[in-house]
Amino acid sequence: MQIYLPIAEVSVNAYLLFGLGGIVGVLSGMFGVGGGFLITPLLFFIGIPPTVAVATGANQVVASSVSGVLAQIRRRNVDFRMGLVLLAGGILGSAIGIWVFNILRQKGQIDLVVQLSYVVFLGLIGLLMLQESLRALGRAKGTQPRIKRHQHLWLHNLPLKIKFRASGLYISVVPPLLVGVLVGVLAALMGVGGGFIMVPAMIYLLGMPTKVVIGTSLFQIIFVTAFTTFMHALTNQSVDMLLAVLLIVGGVVGAQIGTRLGARLKAEQLRVLLALLVLLVCGKLAIDLLVTPAEVYSITAVGG
Amino acid sequence: MRGPIAALMVLLLSLGAARGSEEVVAGLSQDSISITANFDGSDLLIYGAVKREVPIPTGTALAVIITVEGPSAPLTVRRKSRKFGIWINTAAVEVDYAPSFYAVTTSAPMAEILSQTEDLRRKISVPQAIRSVGAPMDVTDSPAFTAALIRLREAGGYYSLSEGGVRLEQETLFRADVDLPADLIEGAYQTRIFLLRDKRVIAQHSAVIDVRMVGLERWLFTLAHEWPAAYGALALVLAVIAGWAASAIFRYLRY
Repeated sequence: MQIYLPIAEVSVNAYLLFGLGGIVGVLSGMFGVGGGFLITPLLFFIGIPPTVAVATGANQVVASSVSGVLAQIRRRNVDFRMGLVLLAGGILGSAIGIWVFNILRQKGQIDLVVQLSYVVFLGLIGLLMLQESLRALGRAKGTQPRIKRHQHLWLHNLPLKIKFRASGLYISVVPPLLVGVLVGVLAALMGVGGGFIMVPAMIYLLGMPTKVVIGTSLFQIIFVTAFTTFMHALTNQSVDMLLAVLLIVGGVVGAQIGTRLGARLKAEQLRVLLALLVLLVCGKLAIDLLVTPAEVYSITAVGG
Repeated sequence: MRGPIAALMVLLLSLGAARGSEEVVAGLSQDSISITANFDGSDLLIYGAVKREVPIPTGTALAVIITVEGPSAPLTVRRKSRKFGIWINTAAVEVDYAPSFYAVTTSAPMAEILSQTEDLRRKISVPQAIRSVGAPMDVTDSPAFTAALIRLREAGGYYSLSEGGVRLEQETLFRADVDLPADLIEGAYQTRIFLLRDKRVIAQHSAVIDVRMVGLERWLFTLAHEWPAAYGALALVLAVIAGWAASAIFRYLRY
């Protein structure tokens, strides 16, 4: 069933969009990533103009994150206090990121910077996670897992300590704020919610338990992507509501399935899978940069 | 949408009177195309007759060329090259005028029925439909960029040349079918019909087909451009409701 999208001005198969939304929704529910880093390249691939893909992808992520976070709240897996601290940092960070984005766009190199930062960050995070989670998996098989939540890094000796009860942490607000800012900058530069950076940062930098991390990340992503969607609608008129609705219908269902799948798997297994997924996307992007393309020319609308 | 002939409208135009003897009387299967949600392309039938007061001239044969041109917008064509081991966009040429859709249909091979000077003057063939003024100083091979533009658009089905696509009967009646793709851009589509003899245009007729979105598509498009804040808010409300509904439904199914 072909459907004509009014803002993108292209005609696409509706079932294909349901499917794409569904796959991304499953991943979103399982790993607590918004899925922006997957949905946006997939939309490029089926011929949606990049500006529309970025803006509409953000809109879809809002829906799948709401769906996912509600399931997580019922399971008491959301640390609201931590979420708000991260969000405060995130909004500051995305303001900085948008400013940097505009400077780079004027210099005509934004595409390259976006691609390179995807490759670098996805590769780095993917490898770190894979290594750590494989080691944890091996340990879990052998002896009883050692619970070592409070690694006392210098980070934890900063002032302004707050109790994050859901995470079982009593740490300074400075590290979460900084993580929020960093993720916000990257999210704005790469046009994503930032879950795939946020999740490992919360686990490895802040020492939060994996279960709480997913819900808290989703909670934070809702606000960041809602802000992005609204700004795109206001300035570029590039949110395609019909496209978003089709993706959302697939996505919200997928997110529910993903949340249930995630609850069945062990935290270490989840982390291995997320690491592999991240590395897969990274590899694809790296190959695009390195291999001689079939067509060296491309057409873009002026100003787009 | 494919198939049904919406409105039969015969447009008469007394062009070609300058040359006197022969003129075009033509019709289109539809003078407007509505893009609805399930729009998946359209067949445009262009037909007509040659009107003449005198007997069919002997000597060279009559030929017909039909062009359909979609709305145009300036574009940037970029070229990648390898730098520091990776492929990045290094050169760009702006094309000032390139139609979003351009189809040429003829009754015989182009080279046999149209002279180059006439093509330049009337801008009939696909390369003539594109106008690129001035490439930047660092680009020395700007024709390669316009050639790439045509190649990409032809591959996507947006530009086409169909030699022999016009059926011409007894030098009087002609008809041609033009396939319009599913991802049409809104706007005025200019249709031109040329009559040629001796590789020169002896009569011309043009008509406009209005392509526009209707129904839900029109409403969303208008809302997005006229009231962007309301549109953005609506998009978010829909997203939140959809997320909540899915969560609620799944919870209900589970217990």
